[in-house]
Amino acid sequence: MAARVQLVAIIGAVILLFVVLEMVRRRRLMERYALLWLLCALVLVGLASWRSGLLHVSRVIGIIYPPNALFFIAFGFVLLLLLHFSTAVSRLSDQTKVLAQRLALLEERVSHAERRPAMGEEADEEFEPVASGHGRRFVSSD
Amino acid sequence: MSTEPSYLAVVPAYNESMTIARVLQALQERAPRFDVLVVDDGSTDDTAAVAERAGARVLKLPFNLGIGGAVQSGFVFARDHGYDFMSQVDGDGQHEPGELEKLVCAMGAPPWPDMVCGSRFLSDDFHYPTPVSRRTGIHVFATLLSWIVSARVSDPTSGFRLYNRRAIQLFARDYPHDYPEVEAVLMLHHHRLAMREIPVRMYARGGGVSSISNGKSAYYMVKVLLALLVGLARRRPVVDPGDRAPVAAEQGV
Repeated sequence: MAARVQLVAIIGAVILLFVVLEMVRRRRLMERYALLWLLCALVLVGLASWRSGLLHVSRVIGIIYPPNALFFIAFGFVLLLLLHFSTAVSRLSDQTKVLAQRLALLEERVSHAERRPAMGEEADEEFEPVASGHGRRFVSSD
Repeated sequence: MSTEPSYLAVVPAYNESMTIARVLQALQERAPRFDVLVVDDGSTDDTAAVAERAGARVLKLPFNLGIGGAVQSGFVFARDHGYDFMSQVDGDGQHEPGELEKLVCAMGAPPWPDMVCGSRFLSDDFHYPTPVSRRTGIHVFATLLSWIVSARVSDPTSGFRLYNRRAIQLFARDYPHDYPEVEAVLMLHHHRLAMREIPVRMYARGGGVSSISNGKSAYYMVKVLLALLVGLARRRPVVDPGDRAPVAAEQGV
């Protein structure tokens, strides 16, 4: 592998490693999302600096020009990261949905309570059953 | 403590201020045993205010969740407030509240279904105006679902449905996102809950814009087909009533 390509690859990978670590240090990136990035950066630094290792890897996957193997592996990581983010986004949007629903339910509960001010026990009873998930009006329907 | 069964009508509404008052009035007149809950799905007009003036309880979602998320909050409300039966009545005036009694009757008769669905395509005077693109989609789903659940499902996209306590609890935990009615049929089937269709009258929309425009029909169809096929591949939960249903959102990771 040409020395210049190797140098560029090493510098790039080290910068990536440094940036990720720095972002974690400044709490801009949560550890759980940084792990995959760190793994990616470490593998790239390792393969970029360890010549015979990269040569071996490229021979195993059948790539003639070793730097291409580096790109290939980096691309694999990019795909993995994107998939990781897609799952994270799916989870977040699901959680946001639940939060929005809870917020709306609570708001309605509060405004309903405000509209009918303190009626002693009766009012209390109305608002108690929620935690259990079964209202007091439950009648077996099966 | 009352032993009379309680009924809740959930009216999902997104920018329906033109029609919502009429729907609520019709509900009051023709389905008086139903308490009414309007779910305002992040409307930018005064849908919520109109509904409140009409005397309904209103859930105001902080932003637009889509029909699935809106109706699901209705299920959660029904579950938390201990309603025995819940029905969905669209805020656009498509559904005729007077037909709710039919759903209630069908619910209380053999074969004791957990969900009764009002179908536009079973009635004799069949002249419900649907655009061709929608109708094609509906038929594709109807055929597919009928095949999967091995029973005739004529109108899988109808939202005019009555659910009992078991169905409410299932859907409060997990309800599909967009075009949810189709997938809901599959969920019922997988959870061994029974459904039944009865013929009802429906109207063309009274105003506002459908959540599914013509252009988006194809997109939704592909999406729901994907959901259906993935749903088939999922491990089928054989839950006893009262068991926990699997839900993505509540479990975090």
